[in-house]
Amino acid sequence: MKQITTIAIKEFKDYFISPIAYIVISLFLIVTGWFFFSTFFIFGRADLRDFFSLLPITFSFIIPAVTMRLFSEEKNVGSYETLLTMPVSFTDIALGKFFAATLFSLSLLVPTLSYPLFIAFIGDLDPGPVIGGYIGAVFLAGAYSSIGLFASSLTRNQIISFIIGCAMCFTLTILDKLLFFMPEKIIGIVNYVGSNSHFLNIAKGVIDSRDILYFVSVIFIFVFSTYLVMHEKN
Amino acid sequence: MIEVQNLTKYYKDFCAVDNISMTIRKGEILGLLGPNGAGKTTTLRMLTGYFRPSSGSITIKDYVMPEDNLKIKSLIGYLPESAPLYHNMLVYDYLEYVAKLKGIDDKEARYDRFLQLSDLCGLSAIMAKPIADLSKGLKQRVGLAHAMMTDPEILILDEPTSGLDPNQIAEIRNIIKTIGKEKTIIFSTHILSEAEATCDRIAIINNGRVVADDTTANLKQNAGRSSFIRLAIQGAQKNDVVDLLSGISEKLDISQVSENEKHILSFEIRCSDNTDFRSQIYLKIKETDWIIVEFQKESQALEKIFRELTREEK
Repeated sequence: MKQITTIAIKEFKDYFISPIAYIVISLFLIVTGWFFFSTFFIFGRADLRDFFSLLPITFSFIIPAVTMRLFSEEKNVGSYETLLTMPVSFTDIALGKFFAATLFSLSLLVPTLSYPLFIAFIGDLDPGPVIGGYIGAVFLAGAYSSIGLFASSLTRNQIISFIIGCAMCFTLTILDKLLFFMPEKIIGIVNYVGSNSHFLNIAKGVIDSRDILYFVSVIFIFVFSTYLVMHEKN
Repeated sequence: MIEVQNLTKYYKDFCAVDNISMTIRKGEILGLLGPNGAGKTTTLRMLTGYFRPSSGSITIKDYVMPEDNLKIKSLIGYLPESAPLYHNMLVYDYLEYVAKLKGIDDKEARYDRFLQLSDLCGLSAIMAKPIADLSKGLKQRVGLAHAMMTDPEILILDEPTSGLDPNQIAEIRNIIKTIGKEKTIIFSTHILSEAEATCDRIAIINNGRVVADDTTANLKQNAGRSSFIRLAIQGAQKNDVVDLLSGISEKLDISQVSENEKHILSFEIRCSDNTDFRSQIYLKIKETDWIIVEFQKESQALEKIFRELTREEK
């Protein structure tokens, strides 16, 4: 446990030492801010629904950019060897890096807390969906971080790991929009596998154990796959 | 201390390490010698648990790999080739991170250890610098401090002096010698004089196999015949010198190496058995009016063994 915290804190700090953190946060705020506020005053609704419905798409591009360096950079520089020859287990490393990435993805959301504050100031904001939306965002960030972590463990090239991560996250996000092309028998399964509907359920303010179980399973599957990749590659 | 049995490593079809067995005793400094690509790094990586062997077993103290991997890793301090570190961290932050991962939880204890290490490795001036700004030699020292963090019983160093300037090489060698008095050290190198100067025991690896494994003294003795006397003389004619020297004994084999613009003749004198003829040669030359510019016994022992054992069979 102690090892996990040490690794997580180190990785989290790493983001803020280099310019990555600031670039990614700015980019995220520009993208979400623009798409959200460009239509906000036209509709004139005092809620954050548009912001949250866009979040899975923005996250599926932003989070792989956050996670791509986790393993790839270490493998490229060679510090992976130093890390693995210290008395830490694979599980500690995978979990430590996973928590760091999730935590950083969540810190992206901190500046966006000004949106609900601002809206509450000018209109009548229903707090339920907003709280639900942020809880959903925590799970979504966790799930996509675990996918990005897995993608990063596959290769020493950061660009490749970014692309793999994007492809996987984006596929999960749009899966429920592809149901139209699926044979009738598997529609139920495919719908369950897609992340968008689970996230939107929570974002509506309906916290259902099935949705939470879905995100926890995704996190477990990909952190465990990362562990397996590490094991297989040494 | 360390028992290696039938250690083998395949990369796909390529056999990098082929059936190596050796025992390393406590307190020994073992030098792994070999040409590039001989399997030195792979062997060390398996010893540190970074690579899984394709077959064979490694036992360190009473712990067996891979079951007690974590335990073994905490016994070993390892400096990988060219000391890969986190470039965006400060030296102090890096050492603190390593200390925490290696289980030094107490803040005071960590601080004390940093002081000792910065004395030993000469880090005090660079503690607050980013690792990316350090020269190669300084990075190597940080890597060494990393390896010695918990004062481990076994130190494994992969080419600790490669790419360093002569001053830095001397410093690193001194550090190895200082800590080698009480620790077991395994290090790889392809510089022969380095192994000769620092190791108690030398293992030569070629094509993944151990081709020689003995104490440094024994290895040199077995190759004793390769020693020769280097003699440089001013003010003499070549034929006179050869005549004079061959008069001493029939066993001497004299070959002229060069003559430079100041008419200094250089010779290499070998002896078919291992007798030392230096005194006779000196007395003979004293009778003439030649000037001895250089007169020295040289040994090529290790170099010769190394070349013989690692020559590619064609």
